[in-house]
Amino acid sequence: MAVATTQRPASRPLAGLEAGHRRYREKFIVGGLFLCAAFSIVVTVGIVFALVVPSVDFFRAISPVEFFTGTEWAPLFKNSKFGVLPLLSGTIVVTLIAAVICLPLGLAAAIYLSEYAARRTRSFVKPILEILAGIPTVVYGFFALTFITPLLRENWPFGTPPGVFNALSAGLVMGIMILPTVASISEDAMFAVPQSLRAGAAALGATKYEISTRVVVPAGLSGIIAAFVLGISRAIGETMIVLIAAGGTPTLSFNPAEAMQTMTAFIGAAGLGDQATGSVGYKTIFAVGITLFVMTLVMNIISIRLVRKYREVYD
Amino acid sequence: MSTSTPQRASTPPVSLTSRRGWWHRARDGAFRGAVTGSVVVGLVVLVALILQSLIKGWSRLNWDLLTSFPSSFPDRAGIQSAIFGTLWMVGIVLVTAIPIGVGAAIYMEEFADTEAWYNRLIDVIIQNLAAVPSIVYGILGLAFLSRGLLDLGPVVITAGLTLSFLVLPVVIIASREAIRAVPSSILDGALALGATRWQGVSRQVLPASIPGIATGSILAVSRAIGEAAPLLLLGALQFITFNPTGLNSSFTALPIQIFNWISRPQEGFHVAAAAAIIVLLGITLLMNAVAIWLRNRFQQTW
Repeated sequence: MAVATTQRPASRPLAGLEAGHRRYREKFIVGGLFLCAAFSIVVTVGIVFALVVPSVDFFRAISPVEFFTGTEWAPLFKNSKFGVLPLLSGTIVVTLIAAVICLPLGLAAAIYLSEYAARRTRSFVKPILEILAGIPTVVYGFFALTFITPLLRENWPFGTPPGVFNALSAGLVMGIMILPTVASISEDAMFAVPQSLRAGAAALGATKYEISTRVVVPAGLSGIIAAFVLGISRAIGETMIVLIAAGGTPTLSFNPAEAMQTMTAFIGAAGLGDQATGSVGYKTIFAVGITLFVMTLVMNIISIRLVRKYREVYD
Repeated sequence: MSTSTPQRASTPPVSLTSRRGWWHRARDGAFRGAVTGSVVVGLVVLVALILQSLIKGWSRLNWDLLTSFPSSFPDRAGIQSAIFGTLWMVGIVLVTAIPIGVGAAIYMEEFADTEAWYNRLIDVIIQNLAAVPSIVYGILGLAFLSRGLLDLGPVVITAGLTLSFLVLPVVIIASREAIRAVPSSILDGALALGATRWQGVSRQVLPASIPGIATGSILAVSRAIGEAAPLLLLGALQFITFNPTGLNSSFTALPIQIFNWISRPQEGFHVAAAAAIIVLLGITLLMNAVAIWLRNRFQQTW
C-alpha cells in the first residue's frame, strides 16, 4: 500500500498523457470494429455483383421473355431451351407441400410451448425441437430418399405409386425441417403478447382454447405471419433435400408424385456438372440464382418488417 | 402458467359455467391434444431420423470407416479425408467469421450511433444476409473465389471463406443478443470509475457476454460443418484420397462425401452414407447440446 501511495502522485501527470494516447488507440479500435460491421456490406455488394453481372450477360443472349415464359428447361442440351417455368413450378410444388406441413404444425407447436406447456416441460421440449433445425440438410435428404419415399411407395392409396424421386417426399421432410423456425418465431410473437390480455379474457370466462385462438394468436398475428413468410422463404431456398429426393428432371407439372427439379436443385446440379467458365451453361447458374435471390429477398424484407411491427406494438 | 390461476377463478360464477358446458370442455381438450400432437410429430420424426441412420449404418460404423479414404468399393470406403477437410474449414471459420462477427456485434451494440443511416443500413443488411439461401453464398464463392476474380479453384481456402460468409450473420446476431443482455449499468459503472468506453466494454461487458457469444459461435460452426449446398457449386465434389495439406489443397468434406455416396446407385454406398451420417449427426448434435447447455448453465438474470 505504501508503495502505491508514494507512486501515485508521480504517475498523475503521466496519466494525463496516457489518456491522450488512449484516445487515439481507442479510435483505432473502434475503427477496426466498424470495419468488421461494414464487412457485411461488402458481402452483400459481393452477392449482388456476383449475381447481376453474369445475369446481364445471360439476358443479352437469351431474352427475358423466353426465360420467364418458356415452358421447357434444357439449358445444357445441344438444342437448348431456357424456359424457367418448370423450375419455378417445381419450387412452388415442393414449397407448398412444405408449407402445408410446417405452417399448421409450427403454429400449433408455438401455441403449445407458449400457452399450454408447463415451464419444466417447455425447458426440455423447446431445445429438442430446436435440434431439428440443427440437423444438416443432407441428412434430411437421405431420410426423405431412404425412409419417407419407400413408405409412400408401399402405402400409396391413389393408383400408380410415386417414383423413387418425387416432390412429395422432399416437401414433407422439408416441412419438418422448417417446423422449428416457424414455431420459434411464432412463439416469440406470442410471448410478446401482454399477460393482461390473457387475464382479461380469462376473467370473462374464456377457455384456454378461446384465449389461444381469439386473443393470443390475433394479438401476435404480425409476428406469426413473419414466421410463415420466413418459413416459406427457407423452403424456396433449400437445396440438398430436393437435390437428393426430388430428382433432377425439370417437369412443368403440379403432381407431387412426380420427379421435379427446383431452382436451387438446378443450381446445385449445374455446379456439379463443372460448366466451363463463361459458357451459357455457366451463366444459367447466375440467371436462376438471381431469380431465387429476388424471391427470397422480397419475402425476407416482408418478414423483417412484420417482426419490427409487433415489437413496436408491445415493447 | 400464470394464466391458469385467473382461469380457474372464473369457474365459480354460475352464469359463466352454465355457458361453459361439455362442448367447450371437449373443444378445449381436443385443441390441447392437437397442439401437443404437433410437437409430438416433430419429436417422432427426429427419433425416426436418428434410428433410421443408426439401423442402416451400424454395420459400417467402425474404426475403418474413420481411417479409410474414399474408394470405389463401397465396403472399403471411408471418411478420413472428409473429416480432415471439414476440420480445415472449421479452422478457417474460427479465425475469420467468429472474430469479425463478434467485432461487428460489439460495434453495433456499444459504439454505433443507431440514428446514423449507415448503421441502420448495416442493421437491415445483417438481418437480410441471415436469410439468404445457402446456395446463393455458393454463387458468391463461385464468382469471386473459386473462379472469376481470384480463380483459386476448388480448394480449402475457397470453401472455408465461403462458409465464413455464410455463418457471419449467425455469429453477429447471436453475439449482439448476448451483448445486449448485459445491463447498461455495468458499463456505466466502469465509465464512472474512469474507464474509457473500450476499457469498459472489453473488460466488463464482453466477459459477461462470453457464454452467449460462445453459444452462438458453436451453433455457427455446427451450421458450417453440416452445410453442403454452397460447396457443390465450388466444385468440391471430387474423389479425394488424401488429407488437405494446406490452404490451397484440394479437399472433400463430410456432407459432400455423404451426398456423393447417397447419389450412387449401389446399396453399399448408402450404408456407408448412413454410417458417415451417424458421425456427422454425432458431431453436430453434440455441438448443439453443448451450446444449449452453455446457454442454460451460464445464463445470468441481472
